[in-house]
Amino acid sequence: MSSILQANDVVKTYGTYTALNKVSIEVPKGSIFGLLGPNGAGKTSLIRIINQITAPDAGNVLLDGEPLQQFHIKDIGYMPEERGLYKSMKVGEQALYLAQLKGLSKAEAKKRLQYWFEKFEITDWWNKKIQELSKGMAQKIQFVVTVLHQPKLLIFDEPFSGFDPINANRIKDEIIQLRDEGATVIFSTHRMESVEEMCDHIALIHKSNKVLDGKLTDVKRQYKSNTYQVGIASQNNEQLRATLRDKFELNEANFKSIDDDLKVNIKLNNGETSNDLLSYLTSVGQVNHFVEVIPSVNDIFIQTVANNN
Amino acid sequence: MNHLPLIIKREYLTKVRNKSFIIMTFLSPLIFIGLIMLITYLTQLNNNKERTVSIVDETGTISQVFTQETDEESNTKFTLLTGISLDDAKKQVQETEQYGLLYIQNSSTPEEIAKQIKFYSEDSPSQKFISHLEQVLSKKLTDETLIGNGVDIALVQDSQTNVNIAQETFSGERTSKLINYSKLGFGLAAGYLLFMFIIIYGNMIMRSVIEEKTNRIIEVIISSVKPVQLLMGKIIGTSLAGVTQFLMWVILGGVMLIIFSMVFGVDLSGMQTPQQELLAQGVDPNIQAQIAGVFQSLPLANLVIAFFVFFIGGYLLYSSLYAAIGAAVDNETDTQQFMMPIIMPLVLAVYVGGFTVLEDPHGVVATVFSYIPLTSPVVMLMRIPFGVPIWQQLLSVVILYISFSGTVWFASKIYRVGILMYGKKPSYKEIFKWLKY
Repeated sequence: MSSILQANDVVKTYGTYTALNKVSIEVPKGSIFGLLGPNGAGKTSLIRIINQITAPDAGNVLLDGEPLQQFHIKDIGYMPEERGLYKSMKVGEQALYLAQLKGLSKAEAKKRLQYWFEKFEITDWWNKKIQELSKGMAQKIQFVVTVLHQPKLLIFDEPFSGFDPINANRIKDEIIQLRDEGATVIFSTHRMESVEEMCDHIALIHKSNKVLDGKLTDVKRQYKSNTYQVGIASQNNEQLRATLRDKFELNEANFKSIDDDLKVNIKLNNGETSNDLLSYLTSVGQVNHFVEVIPSVNDIFIQTVANNN
Repeated sequence: MNHLPLIIKREYLTKVRNKSFIIMTFLSPLIFIGLIMLITYLTQLNNNKERTVSIVDETGTISQVFTQETDEESNTKFTLLTGISLDDAKKQVQETEQYGLLYIQNSSTPEEIAKQIKFYSEDSPSQKFISHLEQVLSKKLTDETLIGNGVDIALVQDSQTNVNIAQETFSGERTSKLINYSKLGFGLAAGYLLFMFIIIYGNMIMRSVIEEKTNRIIEVIISSVKPVQLLMGKIIGTSLAGVTQFLMWVILGGVMLIIFSMVFGVDLSGMQTPQQELLAQGVDPNIQAQIAGVFQSLPLANLVIAFFVFFIGGYLLYSSLYAAIGAAVDNETDTQQFMMPIIMPLVLAVYVGGFTVLEDPHGVVATVFSYIPLTSPVVMLMRIPFGVPIWQQLLSVVILYISFSGTVWFASKIYRVGILMYGKKPSYKEIFKWLKY
C-alpha cells in the first residue's frame, strides 16, 4: 500500500515555543488515519501545515509523492475543529461559494449539492439562512461542503462534536463509505471509542513529538503485555490463588460470570505461550473463561502519555 | 487558482444586500436633507419674528436715524416715545410686552451721549441686535461730532474709497480672494471626503474580518484561499460597496434636495454657510467673470487625476491597517486600543490641512505632511488646488504606494496569524512577535 501523505521531519516554532519537533507521519492510501494526542500537543499545527494554512519551518510534506503546492488545495477537504459558516448567508449560496473556492464550476457544484442535499433530506434548507438552523443542522452543511469536491484526502478535526448520536452515526457511516470509495481520511479526535471503531492506522503526538505510530493492530500487538484474563473454578479458590501467585504475576480481574470463579489477570513469563498457561490451568481447575487482554486505544493513549511525561 | 473575483463578488453582494446597509443608504440622505431643511426653516422662523422697540430720546435728534418704518436689516419696528418719563416708559414697554426700550440721555457732547445710552429689556437681548444698534448709533454720533467740528459730511461720504487688490502670480495666473476661497473649498471637500470614507468603510472592513472570526468560518476559507487574497478581496469588495453607497447618497441627496425645496418652498439661498459668508465679503461687482476665472485657474485635470490616485492610495493604506486590527482581536470592544494610532494621523492630517494649508499652502509644515504617507493623501489633496509642482506630487504618490505595499505586507502577516487566534486580546508586543512567525 503506497502512502498518499508523507510528512518528513516537520518542524514548526512560534517564537520560542516549538509546536512540532521533527514530526514524521505516513498516511497509507485508502486508510482511516487517527491523529491522536492530548490538547495542545500540536495536532492542529500539523493539520494546518498539511492544508497550507501555515508553512513548516523545516521538513517537508508530500502529497501523492509531490511536495505540497497551491493546486493541491482542491485535493484536500478540511473540516476544522473551529468551524462555522457565514451566519447571514443562505445555505445554498454559501455552499456554492465554498465549492467554487475549491475549484468546482458553479454548475457542477450545484449538481453535486443536489445529490448530497437529497441524501441528507435537507433540500428545503437551500434558501434558509444559517442563523435559522440549529447547530447540528449547520454541521451537516459543513460536512457536505467539506466532501463536495471529492478530495483524495479528507481531514476531520473532531467531526462528531455538535451531532446527536443518530447523526453522529450517520456521519460515521458516510466517512467509512467515502473511504471505501477510495478517499483517505485523517481523523483527529478525543473520542477513543470512534478511533477504536474506525481507524486502521494511528499516530500519537505528545508535547510536539510523535511518540507512537503504525497500524492499529500492530500498535496493539506491541502494547499487549501477554496477559490473560482467566475465570477458573476449583475446590479451594484461595489456595489456587496462592499457587498461581507463586508461578505468575497476578492481578485481580473484574468481569461478569455466572460461576463462582476465581477471577484473575495472569501475566505470562518470558518464553511462555498461552497454550502453556491453558494446559497448566486445566490441570488445576475448571477453566470457564480465558481471553487475552488486548489494550484499548484509550489505555494505549493514557499509558503513552504518562510514560512520556 | 485566482479566487479574487469570487471573493470580491461575495463581499460586495453580502454588504449590499445587508438590511442595515440598504436602510442606511436610503435613510441617511433623507435624514441629512431633513436636518438641513429643519435648520434652514428654524433660522428663517427666528429671523421672521418682528421686534418692537421703543425709544426715549432726550436729545431729540439722535433717534432720527431710526425710521418709524420697520427696519429691514434687524427686522425691528422702532417707536419714539415723547413727553414721558423713563420710569413710565419702562412700565409701558413691559406691559405691552415689547422687545425693549432704548434710552438716550442728553449730554453736552456726542462723546458723552455715547457713554449714557442704555437698553432695557425683559430678557437678555440678542447680541446681533445690540451690535446692530451700536453700529447705527456709532455712525450717527460720529457724524454729529464731525458736523460739530465743521466738517462737511457729504464730502466725507463722497471720499470713501473701496479697495480690492487684484492678485496675479509672476507666471500671469490671476487670483483673487474668491478664487483662493474656492481652492480652499475644493481642497477641504476632497480631504474631508477621504477622511469620512476611510472612517466609515475602514470600520466596515474591520467588522467584516471580526465577523469571519466570530463565525469561525475563517479556517474553512483559509484552507481554500491564501490569506492575502482574502484580505484584498475584502478590501476591494467593501470599497466597491462603499462607492455604491456614496454614489447613491449623492444622487438621492441631490434629488431629495430639489424635491424638498420645491415642496416646502424653503429658499435654500437664504442659508449661509461660513464659507459662503467668507465669499460674500470678498465679492466684487463683476462676479460672473470671477466665477469663470475660478474654473480657469483651478488645475482641473491635475485635481481629478490626483484625487483618484491619492484617494485610492490613502484608502487602501488605511483599510489594510483596519483589516489587521480586525484580525488581531476577537470582538469589536477590543478594537479601541488599536484604533488610536490609526485615527491620530488621520485627524492630524485634517487639522494640518485645515489650518496650515490655509495659512500657507507651500510652507514647510504643509509640504512635509504632504509627503508622510499616513497624512499625505488628505494634505496633498488640499494643497493641489493651489498648484503643487508635478515632481512633488509624484514623489508623494511613490512614497504613498510603497508604504501601501508595506502595510499590506504588515497587515497580511498579522492577518495570517491573527485570524487563527481565539480567546485572548493580544498586546502590541504579541502582535509584534507575530510579524516574525
